[in-house]
Amino acid sequence: MAGTRGQGADAPAPSPTRDTAPGTAIAETAGATDPRALRGAGDGIALRVIAPVMRIIEIPMLGLQRVLGINRLAWVFLLPNLLLFGLFAFLPVILNVVYATTGGDNVMLADRPGIGAGNFTRLLDCANHLDPNTCREDKFWRAVWNTVWFVTLQVGVMVGFSLLTAIVLNGKIRARGFFRSVFFFPVLLSPVVVALIWKWMLQRNGVLNAFLDWAGIGGYNWLVDAQWAFAWSVFLSVWAHMGFYTLILLAGLQAIPRDVYEAATMDRASPWRVFRRITLPLLAPTMLVVLVLALIKGVQTFDEVYAFTGGGPGTATTFIIQYIYEEGFAGSPRLFGLAAAASLLVAAVLVVLTLVQLWVNRKSVDG
Amino acid sequence: MASIELRGVRKSFGTVEVIKGIDLSIAHGEFCVFVGPSGCGKSTLLRMISGLEDISGGEIAIGGDVVNRIPAADRGLAMVFQSYALYPHMTVRQNLSFGLENINTPKAEIASKVDQVAKMLQIDPLLDRRPKDLSGGQRQRVAIGRAVVREPRVFLFDEPLSNLDAELRVDMRGEIASLHRRLENTMIYVTHDQVEAMTMADKIAVLRLGELEQFGRPLDLYNNPRNLFVAGFIGSPKMNFITGTVDGADRTRMHLDGGEVLHLPATGFRQVAGEKVTLGVRPNHLKASEDGAMTVKVRSVEQLGGESYVYGHTASGAPITVHSPGQTRISLGDTIRVGAPEGEIHLFDSDTGLTLRES
Amino acid sequence: MGRTWDFLTATRGATRLHWTDWASYTYLFFGVFLMFFPVVWLVLSSFKTEADLQRYPPTFLPYQQQTVTVEGYDEPLPLFEITAGEYEGMILAQLRRVGLQAQMVDPAAPEERLRVAISDYEPVEQFSLATENYSDLFGRFSFLLYFWNSTFITVMATLIMLLTNSMAAFALSKYQFRGRTAVLLLVIGTLMIPQTVVLVPLFLIVSEMGMFNSLWGVIIPGAATPTGVFLLRQYMLTIPDEILDAARMDKASEWKIYWRIILPLSAPAIAVLAILAIMWRWNDFLWPLIVLTRSENFTLQLALNSFQGELQTQWSSLLAMTVLTLLPIAMVFMFLQQYIATGIASTGGK
Repeated sequence: MAGTRGQGADAPAPSPTRDTAPGTAIAETAGATDPRALRGAGDGIALRVIAPVMRIIEIPMLGLQRVLGINRLAWVFLLPNLLLFGLFAFLPVILNVVYATTGGDNVMLADRPGIGAGNFTRLLDCANHLDPNTCREDKFWRAVWNTVWFVTLQVGVMVGFSLLTAIVLNGKIRARGFFRSVFFFPVLLSPVVVALIWKWMLQRNGVLNAFLDWAGIGGYNWLVDAQWAFAWSVFLSVWAHMGFYTLILLAGLQAIPRDVYEAATMDRASPWRVFRRITLPLLAPTMLVVLVLALIKGVQTFDEVYAFTGGGPGTATTFIIQYIYEEGFAGSPRLFGLAAAASLLVAAVLVVLTLVQLWVNRKSVDG
Repeated sequence: MASIELRGVRKSFGTVEVIKGIDLSIAHGEFCVFVGPSGCGKSTLLRMISGLEDISGGEIAIGGDVVNRIPAADRGLAMVFQSYALYPHMTVRQNLSFGLENINTPKAEIASKVDQVAKMLQIDPLLDRRPKDLSGGQRQRVAIGRAVVREPRVFLFDEPLSNLDAELRVDMRGEIASLHRRLENTMIYVTHDQVEAMTMADKIAVLRLGELEQFGRPLDLYNNPRNLFVAGFIGSPKMNFITGTVDGADRTRMHLDGGEVLHLPATGFRQVAGEKVTLGVRPNHLKASEDGAMTVKVRSVEQLGGESYVYGHTASGAPITVHSPGQTRISLGDTIRVGAPEGEIHLFDSDTGLTLRES
Repeated sequence: MGRTWDFLTATRGATRLHWTDWASYTYLFFGVFLMFFPVVWLVLSSFKTEADLQRYPPTFLPYQQQTVTVEGYDEPLPLFEITAGEYEGMILAQLRRVGLQAQMVDPAAPEERLRVAISDYEPVEQFSLATENYSDLFGRFSFLLYFWNSTFITVMATLIMLLTNSMAAFALSKYQFRGRTAVLLLVIGTLMIPQTVVLVPLFLIVSEMGMFNSLWGVIIPGAATPTGVFLLRQYMLTIPDEILDAARMDKASEWKIYWRIILPLSAPAIAVLAILAIMWRWNDFLWPLIVLTRSENFTLQLALNSFQGELQTQWSSLLAMTVLTLLPIAMVFMFLQQYIATGIASTGGK
């Protein structure tokens, strides 16, 4: 859920719309290349299904067109979407502030007493912020530090492996498309399925322990050990998401013109020097985008780890979004104010990261 | 009756005025061509007539009714676009029927009209193809067919031939002209190509920078251009222009900037002694002869077999083109003398650019 | 064999493999193993009986003990191979087990009862798929209900999203109206507000609208996604305006231009968006977890999560259900891999 809003709408990746020459070219080829099959079959059937509906909508729309004129009709086309955005994106932001500054366990705003910055002071009240045990909301700080550690490890390992994979795939490889899709496959799996797959692999009598027993190393009950559970959470999250970043990095690598490499070969540069002095600098803008994107997603990690360990053992794998979920929705009493305050803090971090991303994007476009 | 009347028509985009008050009246059944260099506002003017572009000032009347506030769809016009703008996802038949479906024409009638138009334009074997499977010329026919099938009062063409190769363009020119003869509709045709304008039009409107330079029959424009711009724009190759000053004492003598003296006709032009003027002569009216009034240094010669062009410049450096039928013995580097009959010259006021011809 | 090997190890242009090529292929095949083996293992395990699942160390393929129907006995009897003692080498059917002894019978001569020590026999097993794991889902578990919930949410949310987003994208790409830039900025603004940080107020709005514990409570907020507006607007900008003008001259209303011209011409982009939306909604977890608290409203993802949390995890059913949840996405992946890849790469979102 976390990422469905696709913060990276302007990630520097190939356009799905193909290279289209302006003007007439598209008009005449629009139907030619892409999902011709999809369309050819879908056209007739889809048209038959939606045509009656569309004809009915046309009657009021035609009236509106008469009244408003063509250009003001645009607002009518925008209305449904703006309504959705307003209700489910902008209004919540405002309400979030109201919740964060009120207390109690009532969901209705009218029944909630204002407590000013009470929720924030409660969250931030610590003798030593580095030691959760000295904090009033020790669970919050555990979640914060877990998230910080998790994001650092996960992003580092994931971007590293994504880069390695992308570079390998960018070489002279047979069946590149096959390998690329292999790494991409887990990206499509639902977080719960990912969690279950690995839970099944790692359980006490699971296949990994069987292998380790056979190899003489000896099995281990991985998920009851706090550190191993955390490590496997990082692994699982890397496993599930690295294909996506590999894809973006591969696109970035393939955008580097081949003749630059040929020139380097003529200059007798060693492969290592080519990598250090040509590939990495030219890939830097893409790397930045990938890093920021991974950070944004990493901070919002919840689903797969929650289904995998439930946040445990203890609070070893409880992250910040799970904290919000549990305070606001799973626990009793339901501390909506505390959850909202915590989510505002997360939002602050995300806004900063998003602004960095937009800035990086603009820079890479200009440069 | 579908006459078209433009009265003080203006258009501005923000603070930029692109059409600066145009008055024009096109009679029913006339084939009118808007011609001018790119950026002259001819396409904008056409789109204002069509209703696709708002009118900032003045009014447009079609068949006597002011249509300023009537949307494009209800003006009873049809338009052929530069890019053809065929619906790429529809077959040719669907492209032709779309407009008729929109006005709820009965199915059988649509079918018969489409067939009839397809036959007329010889696109009947293509009816089940999509635009991308057609050649440029075929697309052009479909685009015309889409306009014809709706039986509009007025046809608008926006540079319809500019995407075709030269040979096809000549063919299609003839077809559009014959279409006009057959349908006898009012047609407005926009082009930047003066040859198209000359060959097809009943009336030509020459536009420049949002203003109407001259409006009239093709040969009137050719023989009697109102100003330097029209003189230079209509006719190919371009008219030669030579600048000079009318003699202070004798208004039939003109001192060229290069020092030579020409003789001007005493009647027909209202030049004033001492006035700065520009003399215009079409290349085919210039003759190389021993008693020519002007010397021309030859820069290059094009021998086409049936005709020949000599390019050079006068003593003052003005470029001169001489066109003569047949082949010529003049060669590169020669200095020749050229002259023109008095009746074939044009005279313009150098400052205003307007013709000095007495009307 | 030699030629196959040559073929496999040849690279474009070069005839011999460099050590880096070896390293690359080793890495890639390890990747294939790491990415696919867990899924393969899941699928194989889902065909094992509960008893087979308990076996440690596990076998790769699902096995079941062979049974035989013996004359005079109603139930099929399990078969064992005798490994030691008097009847060594014979294959006998077990009638019952008493302590360390088993009463057995030779299927060929069912009259005579034989006694064998259980340490002297091994079960006769054979490869067999426990398809009852799947058929049970339809009977004992409300799998079809969850499947329907998931499907309904996915389809409705995708349709609503496609409709509203394409309408907005049309307005933003093909009309010149005052406030267009403001609206575009507004849409960019929504990109900065992930759902995870507005859970509490969103919950209030949804319950105020009476959509708590209703599938619509998941569908409607899910449709408010700005990614599609950008994706579609970008594509629609490439449709020439002259086509719209032509349609206007053809007396088409603006709404007709939208659905007869713009929608069909944007089909490639819409297809990409549809695939993405289907994936997002099908895999959704956190928001449904908050809105849907009654088990009859559960989506597949919620059902999977809640089953694995139960004390007696019945792995055989759980694994089968996981496979069925994964199946639609795997199918989509196989057929539309290319579109998904480009789509995801261009929106940058999962």
